[in-house]
Amino acid sequence: MHFWQVNTVMAEKSVKTKTKKTGKKFIPDIVAFACNWCSYAGADTAGVNRMQYSPNFRVIRTMCSGRVTPGFVLRALKLGADGVLVSGCHFGDCHYIFGNYKAVEQFEKTKKLVKTLGFDERRIRLEWVSAAEGNRWAEVIDEFVAQITELGPSPLNNNHKS
Amino acid sequence: MEMAVTELKKNKALLCLECGKCTAVCPISAYDREFSPRRMLAEGIFYGGGDLISDKRLWSCLTCLLCSERCPVDVRYSEYMKGVREIAQKQGNWGEPSHGSALLHIMEMMTAPKLNQNRTGWINGNIKTAEKSDVLFFTGCLPYYEDFFAKDFDFHPISIAVDTVRILNHLKIKPAVLPNERCCGHDLYWLGKIDEFNKLRELNLKEFERSEAKTIVTACAECAYTLKELYVKKLGLNSIEVKHISELVAENIDRFKFKDQNLKITYQDPCRLGRHLNIYDSPRDAMKAVPGMDLNEMPHNKRGSICCGTTNWMNCGASSSRIQKARLTEAKNTGADTLVTACPKCQIHFRCSQCGKGKDKEKTDIKLKDFTNIIASAIDG
Repeated sequence: MHFWQVNTVMAEKSVKTKTKKTGKKFIPDIVAFACNWCSYAGADTAGVNRMQYSPNFRVIRTMCSGRVTPGFVLRALKLGADGVLVSGCHFGDCHYIFGNYKAVEQFEKTKKLVKTLGFDERRIRLEWVSAAEGNRWAEVIDEFVAQITELGPSPLNNNHKS
Repeated sequence: MEMAVTELKKNKALLCLECGKCTAVCPISAYDREFSPRRMLAEGIFYGGGDLISDKRLWSCLTCLLCSERCPVDVRYSEYMKGVREIAQKQGNWGEPSHGSALLHIMEMMTAPKLNQNRTGWINGNIKTAEKSDVLFFTGCLPYYEDFFAKDFDFHPISIAVDTVRILNHLKIKPAVLPNERCCGHDLYWLGKIDEFNKLRELNLKEFERSEAKTIVTACAECAYTLKELYVKKLGLNSIEVKHISELVAENIDRFKFKDQNLKITYQDPCRLGRHLNIYDSPRDAMKAVPGMDLNEMPHNKRGSICCGTTNWMNCGASSSRIQKARLTEAKNTGADTLVTACPKCQIHFRCSQCGKGKDKEKTDIKLKDFTNIIASAIDG
């Protein structure tokens, strides 16, 4: 087992033991799509700086936030994610010049579909995080986790039985 | 492999004479040399379909039934494809879904019983719907198509739903619209995802029961096919009658008052409404009853009509695009200004093909309208 696997297992265990003491508590599962050039590196910066933030999200690296079409987000929700975060470079910083403008277009479409499907639109979120903004990444994640915890489990989340 | 053999037997494939008429008429084969129904059937018969299961060609079949139309021994090729797909996708094989498979994900998400959709936002003050009524309007996936395609195509799929309710209101019917109906499951059924289809059917039938409706009206050819054949006929339900809006209009054509329309149109038979359900005349009769409506038939019409090029949001590629271009050119050559279809999906696929910037853009440039749009705009008052 690699050290990072140990770390995640430890993190999950610690979360579980904490909730055992405080009673039944909903732990959200969040999928974060991070672009290769800014947000993924931003998450890296947060790690290198040893920032403390919520561990209950999974990062999926995409080459650009513009690649994240409605299909990606809907699949994550279908498989039971409670929230989906799409993250890319700030406007003007995109490695592919206009990729994040495409991301906005795609995200608007996704938002409409998700709303029609009856999900709360706060379950999906689009954020811009640059490679240097490690603390912003941590903030975004913490904020998003708090929001999803407030909203409760997704109707498609079969793991959480309340 | 054994399962593939039972599929062969079930669909009369062992009677195949290898005459090759299916390949000769298949719209996909016309543009894709790799795809040949005759050869694929022969592979199934001689090698038990082993290769076919992992083949990408499997997902290209349009299940448009044109091959069965020409087959002298009535091999049910489309059904056979569906059966093999069922086996293939259980083994983890899958085609190439278009639009990042977003639309297929939506259909699968609707199988969750806890889902509480928010899909009646399109009902505005100009149309009248009731909470409970004998007639139920089954919207289908139109609200989702509105979200997904409206911005790209300069066309509002939801206008089909609005116009259907307007037609029903003209007949003094206030239809009920279910706030939480599911997808009919047509695409999942033809892609071999039978478990998901059954879940959707169960949820829908519960909703139908709760609504106490006797007649279900739909504006989509695929919904009409699925509800008629796979819900009502297959389960032997006597309490529900399903009608496509064109049938309803044709039956009550005396009760309509139409304005004079100066339109030259041509009609595209959706494969589900035409060859699957044998409804050819009712949309034509309804449109001919409008004064000033000039219906020109395309060379390929009725039983021989050519599909719009893509089904089930799967394997949309070069051959699909070429089928669409050929069909649009055919429509334009009749001298009509408008191509009318009775299936929202046909229109979406044709509009998609018109979006390109090819040399033949002028040849395919024809207005597209749904059957309901045509009838609703012709209604006087």
